Amino acid sequence: MPGSVRPLTDQEEPRIVKARIYVTLKPGVLDPQGKAIQHALTSLSFEGVEDVRQGKFFEVKLASSTREDAEKKLDAMCKQLLANTVIENYAIELE
Amino acid sequence: MKSAVIVFPGSNCDRDVAVALERITGKKPAMVWHGGHELPKVDLIVLPGGFSYGDYLRSGAMASHSPVMREVIERAKAGTPTLGICNGFQVLTESHLLPGVLMRNAGLKFLCKDVWLRVENTQSLFTNRYAKGDIIRIPIAHGEGNYFADPDTLKRLEDNDQVAFRYVSAEGEVTDAANPNGSQHNIAGIFNDSRTVLGMMPHPERLAEPALGGTDGRKLFESLLETVA
Repeated sequence: MPGSVRPLTDQEEPRIVKARIYVTLKPGVLDPQGKAIQHALTSLSFEGVEDVRQGKFFEVKLASSTREDAEKKLDAMCKQLLANTVIENYAIELE
Repeated sequence: MKSAVIVFPGSNCDRDVAVALERITGKKPAMVWHGGHELPKVDLIVLPGGFSYGDYLRSGAMASHSPVMREVIERAKAGTPTLGICNGFQVLTESHLLPGVLMRNAGLKFLCKDVWLRVENTQSLFTNRYAKGDIIRIPIAHGEGNYFADPDTLKRLEDNDQVAFRYVSAEGEVTDAANPNGSQHNIAGIFNDSRTVLGMMPHPERLAEPALGGTDGRKLFESLLETVA
């Protein structure tokens, strides 16, 4: 097509990727909230609730040109803000 | 002694600590809004108590990324004495100026009461006016003051005498009953390794003159006055 110019790059156009991030307490770190929830479930007559651990869940929409770039950015986000790695683990799922 | 109190959205002990500082040092501290990048040249930086950013995400987590914190972290690392009280302690751990983390109280309840503390180390800018082993009465007011660190960090804190204050009974014994929030080793306050940064959950500014019902917190500010230029 006359006049049309394609950028000379092998980078893909940025597109929106959706990530799910799970932040959970490390094993061995006491979770008094989880314990209280477990007791509440038991008192609601749900039998066999052996353990409850409470965590956090984030959905992040991120403009990114490659999957690798998105993973790198999300990992940095978890380390710098979303999780406190002294007591928490995190897991990232990319759609 | 010139001081600055950093004010975050949701800080609520900034005025209390400013009053204590002014009464004891004779100089009004600069109140520095978190959104600014300008921090005046001061001899002491104070991160006050409160609920910065509504405790969103984790207590102190959002505040630790405030614009002004970049400068605070730089100055604290360069040796400017820095005091974090309650939420300020949480901001210090989230900023990695102090190790460990403050988790939800083991009993899940918000606690607002006076507790007994034992002064563990008087060789610091913050505690030199106390005597080692002094038992002092200071109020706590927090929902997340349960100090946690991994075993290596705890060992390092103990070996280097970085524990400033411990929760104790009125007789000065370290017991589970005297531990209000489940903190490891009954830790109520710690120093960084150069003892120029102190984070503590109890509020010394709330018992710093007789009209407030006690003066046990006063010596902390007097210590600073004596040793900080």
